[in-house]
Amino acid sequence: MNQYIVLRVVSKLMIPVIMIFALYVQFHGEYSPGGGFQAGIVFTAAFIVYTLLYGLEAAQKAISPAVAHALAAIGVLLFIAFGYASMLLGGNFLEYKVLLPNDQAGETFGIIGIELGVGITVAAVALTLFYSFAGRERR
Amino acid sequence: MLEQLPALQVAITLTAAPVVMMLGRASRLAWVLTTLSCWASFAVALLLFNQVADGSVISYEMGGWAPPWGIEYSIDAANAWVLVIIGLISALVMPFARRSVEQEISESRIALFYSAFLLANAGLIGITLTADAFNIFVFFEISALASYALIAMGQDRRAVLSAYQYLIMGTVGTTFLLIGIGFLYIMTGTLNLGDLAARLPEVSDTRTIRAAFGFIAVGISLKLALFPLHLWLPNAYTYAPSMVTVFLSATATKVAIYVLLRFVYGVFGFEFSFVELSMAWLLMPLALLGIVVPSLVAVFQTNVKRLLAYSSVAQVGYMILGISFASVLGLTASILHLFNHAITKAALFMAVGCLVYRLGGVSLTQLAGAGQRMPWTMGAFVVAGLSLIGIPLTAGFVTKWHLLQAALEGGLWPIAVLLLGTSLLAALYIWKVVEAAYFQEPEDSTEVVHEAPLGLLLPTLLLTASTVVFGVFGSFTVQSARTAAAALMGGVP
Repeated sequence: MNQYIVLRVVSKLMIPVIMIFALYVQFHGEYSPGGGFQAGIVFTAAFIVYTLLYGLEAAQKAISPAVAHALAAIGVLLFIAFGYASMLLGGNFLEYKVLLPNDQAGETFGIIGIELGVGITVAAVALTLFYSFAGRERR
Repeated sequence: MLEQLPALQVAITLTAAPVVMMLGRASRLAWVLTTLSCWASFAVALLLFNQVADGSVISYEMGGWAPPWGIEYSIDAANAWVLVIIGLISALVMPFARRSVEQEISESRIALFYSAFLLANAGLIGITLTADAFNIFVFFEISALASYALIAMGQDRRAVLSAYQYLIMGTVGTTFLLIGIGFLYIMTGTLNLGDLAARLPEVSDTRTIRAAFGFIAVGISLKLALFPLHLWLPNAYTYAPSMVTVFLSATATKVAIYVLLRFVYGVFGFEFSFVELSMAWLLMPLALLGIVVPSLVAVFQTNVKRLLAYSSVAQVGYMILGISFASVLGLTASILHLFNHAITKAALFMAVGCLVYRLGGVSLTQLAGAGQRMPWTMGAFVVAGLSLIGIPLTAGFVTKWHLLQAALEGGLWPIAVLLLGTSLLAALYIWKVVEAAYFQEPEDSTEVVHEAPLGLLLPTLLLTASTVVFGVFGSFTVQSARTAAAALMGGVP
């Protein structure tokens, strides 16, 4: 579809904005609607727009399927790492307040951390799903 | 560190899953990591079991939030028992898995396969541990989604279709469970099982709560394959990879039965479930039909895996029958059968896995001559088969004996007679396999078939031996089952 100049120009303008919006949703999820799940999906939406215009190969040059696979696992591990960290610092599993000296700061830090894990995993899984459908050959 | 064990119990396998997934083509390393985490998880289960064996209760506050607001993990004699079953089976199935999986799953998918297995394992552990109704639903979905993937990786193309069938039925089941939990939440404003049990009596005489009970009972019955909601089970067990069949047949339905027990006894309470709603009158006919009909169907099967799958449905019937007696003795028999059937069926499916490894398939015609060619494997099959039938000195007998006692205690002697009759049916279908393996000449008698390799044979023999050990020295398991039954009857931990 990259012969349509209108689509190309508009998408070039839109894609960075969508991605920044995803980051906004990600880091404001703690006190406004949003969070890792929504942010991950919004982020992948930007990728899907790009793929539709410039093709699967170009998109996979940016994030290859193998990297998307690994990212999906890394996000989960990040989440769990916060659980273990609070356990090692003397709290229960996922008890964020022990992470920092100040209870409230610890809670905030913990929530932002696990939400980042959720965001990475959701974006990577959504991308993997899209890749596996888009990469299907017609028979 | 001891007080962190409940979190570790589920966290170990849950952490291992993404790590194993990243290993990609390093399939041997994936196996090593999976095995180690399964063993660690089993060790934790034993430690927890040891802590609650005297009837005490452990409560763990996830994230440091006090229940009923936060998610609570609580362990009493009943769920520690189920944790030990999951731990034992996964610890024994892993040594068996290495060669079996290498043969049945393509190299590039092995790491993903083990990752899904670890997720299924973590999901089942989570369902058992948690004292939060919504958490139960979430873990049900984790284990179920992973199981669909595991089943779909079977060699036969029909594996995909049977995984799809399981997906539809399983999703209906968990959705019903969720609707039921939602109703409970609307009426009480809480999700903690203990808190629910305390608040339900005030509102129990409403249609919403009765509907919630119905949704939860039917939803879980779908997951535990209570006749006639078992239709997903035979195909799923038949076409799944050998190792998956061993694991799921020994744990998945058992965990669902535990959840049913927890809701019926712990949350709704004996009074509400059995006196007000007379649940026994619903369960007993279904359990009896569930024992007789699938047993009859099993007799006419020609694929041994499918035959054993139908037998699993019948065995679920025995467990539900124990519950439907609505007595401590009946409940004890059911809880006892969770364990005894888990080791028996796992041993049988492992033996079948050995046969598949050498013979390529397990239709009765392929089995011809296996008795001479694979004496140890078939020996294990026969001994475990005797336990399935319920011959004295095997684990199966211990449960049947307690079920009989429970039936006689309730004055239900026709059921006692029926129990003896259905054991004959079990003898019939096990005999079919024995006859094919020992008394049929193989078509091509020059073909050389070796005994299964030691890696497959050893866990099989170990489990088979345990069916005899727990049959001869049954007092330990009976005592644990009694403590578990008392814990369930006494309400929520």
